[in-house]
Amino acid sequence: MTSSTVPYDAVLDELEAEAIHIYRETAAAFRNPVLLYSIGKDSSVLLHLAQKAFAPATIPFPVMHIDTTWKFREMIEFRDRRATELNLDLRIAQNLSAIAEGVSPFTHGTHEYTRLMKTVALREGLDRYGFDAAVGGARRDEERSRAKERIFSLREPGHQWDPRKQRPEFWRTANTQLAPGQSMRVFPLSNWTELDVWKYIERESIPIPDLYFAKPRPVVERDGALIMVDDERFPLRDGETPELRMVRFRTLGCYPLTGAVESKADTMKDLIREMSGSKYSERSGRLIDGEGGSESMEGKKKEGYF
Amino acid sequence: MAITLSAAQLTPVLHLVTCGSVDDGKSTLIGRLLAETGSVPLDTLDYARRTRRGGSTVPVGEIDYSLLTDGLEAEREQGITIDVAYRHMNLPNGRRVLVADSPGHEQYTRNMAVAASNGDVAILMVDAARGVRAQTHRHLTICALMGVKTIIVAVNKMDLVSYEHATYEEISGSVRAAAARLDVAEIITIPVSAFSGDNITVASTNMPWYQGPTLLGALEEWEPVPSEAAANGTEPFRFPVQFIVRADGNFRGYAGTVVSGSVARGDSIVIADSGRPAVVDRIVTYDLHTDGHIKDLDRAEWGQAVTITLDREVDVTRGDVITGADGDSLEPADRFAVDMVWLGEEPLAHGRSYLLISGSRSVPATVTNVRHKTDVVTGHHDAARILEMNDIGRVEVATDKPVPLDTYAMCRDTGGFLLVDRVTADTVAAGMVVHSMRRSANVKYHDYAVDHEARKLLMGHDAKVVWLTGLSGAGKSTIADATVRKLHSLGVHTYVLDGDNVRHGLNKDLGFTPEDRAENVRRVAEVSKLMRDSGVVVLVALVSPFTADRRAAKELFEPGEFLEVFVDTPLAVAQERDPKGLYAKAAAGKLPNMTGVGQDYEIPVHPDLVLAGNGDLDASVDSLVKAILGE
Repeated sequence: MTSSTVPYDAVLDELEAEAIHIYRETAAAFRNPVLLYSIGKDSSVLLHLAQKAFAPATIPFPVMHIDTTWKFREMIEFRDRRATELNLDLRIAQNLSAIAEGVSPFTHGTHEYTRLMKTVALREGLDRYGFDAAVGGARRDEERSRAKERIFSLREPGHQWDPRKQRPEFWRTANTQLAPGQSMRVFPLSNWTELDVWKYIERESIPIPDLYFAKPRPVVERDGALIMVDDERFPLRDGETPELRMVRFRTLGCYPLTGAVESKADTMKDLIREMSGSKYSERSGRLIDGEGGSESMEGKKKEGYF
Repeated sequence: MAITLSAAQLTPVLHLVTCGSVDDGKSTLIGRLLAETGSVPLDTLDYARRTRRGGSTVPVGEIDYSLLTDGLEAEREQGITIDVAYRHMNLPNGRRVLVADSPGHEQYTRNMAVAASNGDVAILMVDAARGVRAQTHRHLTICALMGVKTIIVAVNKMDLVSYEHATYEEISGSVRAAAARLDVAEIITIPVSAFSGDNITVASTNMPWYQGPTLLGALEEWEPVPSEAAANGTEPFRFPVQFIVRADGNFRGYAGTVVSGSVARGDSIVIADSGRPAVVDRIVTYDLHTDGHIKDLDRAEWGQAVTITLDREVDVTRGDVITGADGDSLEPADRFAVDMVWLGEEPLAHGRSYLLISGSRSVPATVTNVRHKTDVVTGHHDAARILEMNDIGRVEVATDKPVPLDTYAMCRDTGGFLLVDRVTADTVAAGMVVHSMRRSANVKYHDYAVDHEARKLLMGHDAKVVWLTGLSGAGKSTIADATVRKLHSLGVHTYVLDGDNVRHGLNKDLGFTPEDRAENVRRVAEVSKLMRDSGVVVLVALVSPFTADRRAAKELFEPGEFLEVFVDTPLAVAQERDPKGLYAKAAAGKLPNMTGVGQDYEIPVHPDLVLAGNGDLDASVDSLVKAILGE
């Protein structure tokens, strides 16, 4: 028996249809859904899929960004440009008291920093606007504990994730009912891989921040990672001088916590070639997951992180 | 820019279910399959080289494949398995495999069912050294029930049985025999060793007697088993509406996913819920023409998420199903026979209102009857009144209003549904429709001029149904006989429907399982209704042990037409009397469904009358006659 070859486009078509289905279910079933927009490549795909799901109408819910104030400057510019172009109802959530106290990646350990600036800000943002469903770009291939994540992931009162209360998911049928105090996190990209995301961005010509492409950028090497010195708030250690190196970013987050990779990939084609050749998971460059052992993602999730 | 797929490319993503326990070497097999197809990042492989858990026999430095499918921290801490894990695998031919890895513990039928619900193919592990076990049958049964068409049996640990051909043949023969009794379309058996890598991705040199594909080869070569309709291109069109899209210029479109068949512009369709016909005007997607206008599709196939507009204004709401016209449409019904997997920690409650969710539709529904519980190991149908967590059974479901549901065999999406607890919002059951039970819309009721009131005048008395329920040997027939003699002498027209007597004729096809008893009660109740309508006082003498069945009988009548009479006799007395020798037989194990022995008798909660079955017969007759004549 000879087997036929499956074109990558066909795989993407099926993933796209599934994501659109999830979006429509979310928009129809929940009272007040929101799209959590983190500016990265996954968020860019999410935004594009949301446009597709409701065309020719516009995206029927607001978009919320959790702003730690430590994102790359380019990310914020990109966010505001896209919001204007797509006429998004953009909400910004910040942990104002932590910002006032001067919490930064340099004053606090990554775990505590993330809890305060991302997790707490997210929970407060969701509560302030009364969102009962939040769409996010998490994928099951990102990290081992994500493999068991649901597409419709239930949160108990206080945004707690209780692994034992997660609902069984049959067919395309979702139980979107909520008991008082419960809310839902929704992951339309659950079944996508990192390569799928890139291939889809290429196919659909989806705009993404320039930071993903290689360019000479001022970096210092610290604890084995290349960290970009994006603004004057970065406290240089003795002997550290930023040097221009040809780097790009595989994921985007808070700049002091995001390791760059040396690369010459400055076009989408090069980028995908480099990406397909890489055998390391994307989060290996993310300092945020490292602290606290291999299970830290799961711990963060229980606290209400995405 | 969705592309049209040829038949051979219909399923770019293969949904794979893996079943088997940790003891069978499942994690090692899945881990190796993932690693050898390059589906695992290097840092994860490094982790599996460095880390060791208790019991591992793999030397540090080599990959412990079982760690690649490691569970959640919470699971390891608490020693429990919570859930199905989903992983990706890329086959060399470009096919994507989405692996639903279900926990191996025997009691987790519900997780197995979840994993199998979307499955195209299942890999079922059998330990060559231990042979086919109860677990194997359990997994086969669940896969078949959930509609997995292809099952690949991986006969694992061949290295432990010296790669013996005979051992493999014996196991594969016995699995094939078991699968033949179930509705499994295709069975493939492969001898493997996950530990040493035989026939996983590379053909084994240890088993020259085996000529078939490796596990990876079987997944690459897999093509869906088409249904007859799919093969003929006549699969009916099904499109559950998820969302109404409203946009400028009076645009009103119905957004959803094609879950069966296909649709083209100009096709006649029917809104199944209302029966309203229309014609497809446009099939809209977001994708743009070069000139910036939205490009319409000429056709949408299975699996595509699109937005449809219709040529006329018809009432369509979220949850409605748009179907093909004519023979392809789907009639609403309000009662269904359903295969059900119970998921909730609280058992099924009869008569409780749950929310039934099918696709985007939700409607209140109750389970009116449990016909049987399936022993997933033997396939036997056991008597049951309720389903508990992890039970699988055949039930009857009544919806609050008629809804169009397909059979599950026709379409998983429109023939499968969830039951949701209306207070906790938990999903408590998954249902697969076997068939709808009522097509009352086709049957009209005809009124005749001579009615019950006219017949009552002619008879000279009112008519009633008196339903005597109680244990076998309680004295129901004795009381009925004496009462009818009394009534007859008073000039009242009577008839006795005796349980034993109707089983000689009308109900001779029925046994004593709960589902047969339910049907027995239903028929007797319908006959008694006809006889009462003819003007006769009907006495029914029937054990009728279950509340739900008696309630269903009573609901056929208007208040005052039906008297539920409990003949209350202690079991010990009835056993002592044993007029038909049934209790003796039951004690000898010959009558498993004997009421009071193998099955419960549910005592009536609010009977219209209670008669002491071991009391004075004349007193019982008197009070019964009074109740009948309304004195």
